[in-house]
Amino acid sequence: MGKERLQRYSLAGPENRAAMEAGLAGADWFRSDVPRKRMKELMRRSDYPAIRDTVIWLGLILLFGGLAIAFWGTWWALPFFLVYGTLYGSTSDSRWHETGHGTAFKTRWLDEGLYQLASFMIMRDPTVWRWSHARHHTDTLVLGRDPEIAAMRPARLARLIANFAGLVDVPTAFRLMFRHAAGRLTPDEADFVPEPERHKVYRAARIDLASYAVTIALAIGLRSWLPVLLIGGPRLYGAWLLNIYALTQHAGLGENVLDHRLNTRTVKMCAVNRFLYWNMNYHVEHHMFPLVPYYRLAALHEEIKHDCAPVYRSIWAAYREIVPAILRQLRDEEYYVRRELLPGAAPLHVPAPLNDGRGLPLTAVTAA
Amino acid sequence: MAEWVAACAIDDIDPEDVIPFGHAGRAYAIYRSPDDTYHATDGHCTHEQTLLCDGLVENGVIECPKHNGRFDYTSGKALGAPVLVDLRTYPVRVIDGTVYIDVA
Repeated sequence: MGKERLQRYSLAGPENRAAMEAGLAGADWFRSDVPRKRMKELMRRSDYPAIRDTVIWLGLILLFGGLAIAFWGTWWALPFFLVYGTLYGSTSDSRWHETGHGTAFKTRWLDEGLYQLASFMIMRDPTVWRWSHARHHTDTLVLGRDPEIAAMRPARLARLIANFAGLVDVPTAFRLMFRHAAGRLTPDEADFVPEPERHKVYRAARIDLASYAVTIALAIGLRSWLPVLLIGGPRLYGAWLLNIYALTQHAGLGENVLDHRLNTRTVKMCAVNRFLYWNMNYHVEHHMFPLVPYYRLAALHEEIKHDCAPVYRSIWAAYREIVPAILRQLRDEEYYVRRELLPGAAPLHVPAPLNDGRGLPLTAVTAA
Repeated sequence: MAEWVAACAIDDIDPEDVIPFGHAGRAYAIYRSPDDTYHATDGHCTHEQTLLCDGLVENGVIECPKHNGRFDYTSGKALGAPVLVDLRTYPVRVIDGTVYIDVA
């Protein structure tokens, strides 16, 4: 039974068409009412915050990478590698995300430059993932449509846990690099990457593979793991924090609900985590208004929080919900965390079997 | 043959902003540049039919509120993924404080 349900997440399967026919694909999603004048203030771009944060971020990477090299051969290198690897292998995700939306910088080439760098670090093809993420925003947690559902029902628990050390993402990334370099996409990718964009995918894969080939050649030539620990390797040993953050976004919540207040979490985080995650913890706000840059999401949160479900007070509070939900979904595939809106919040779509969060088979629901 | 339709008054739009306009079942977006020139395009993004009037107008560009697709609103040119198809533009003229667009 579990295997059958997992097949429904495939974009190349029948669930994709069923979602389109049921009106779940490309549907109207709830958005809070924010006055246009205020929205214009919130959407406004500025180079300063992103330049400041990027200088600090790259500075920290260079500092800790330099210290790791300086102490190479001693145990003292270990903590420096841990920090370097985490900055490289985890926090590149949020840089990839914000620049992918094009909201981080006012100056386009700065945005695009950081997007290309972060895509390389996080091992995501910049073109495929730009389109994949656009689809994720169109059809968030819609079965057969969203290519970025991290925790399926039932969860593939071993993969989720292994991925805290990048053991799923990295082999997948290399498999895709070889496939793309050969001029081919997966059937899922072919569903959302338009034909005129595909040549960029193939070119980037060849460049990435060449980069990693040089790194490995250097490691062999120097008879040292150091080059691999500095380039590529952090995506394994530094991936833990990426997964801690990422699972807070949607794991355990309702599928096919067409309301980001019900399938997305906003989690309060401390200043350090907000810097590392570039405020992606304000995830309901981001999904509802993707044009708002990360440095104004806290202000947007103040505008719409009355209209949402309660925020999670901490990462710990989110995980107290996520872990039991994922474990229960192993036994009960229709179980999901039902979020209750605050009193007075604008009403959501009228719940129906089609979009009540359980993600029931659409063929059965529409027939009934 | 031209079909000029009154879309709005010039002061209905703030400088560097956009408003929606509907005519004969079709959606349009009317823009005012910082130099007080007026422009008109189709109202929906060419990517996934999102209304552009909720988007961001900055430096001659309209950015779609859903997926951040960007168009030059003076020419309609699509400026990169996820928008690949240009936006249709419409001739505009201003007479006695009213913005007219040619919807033909």
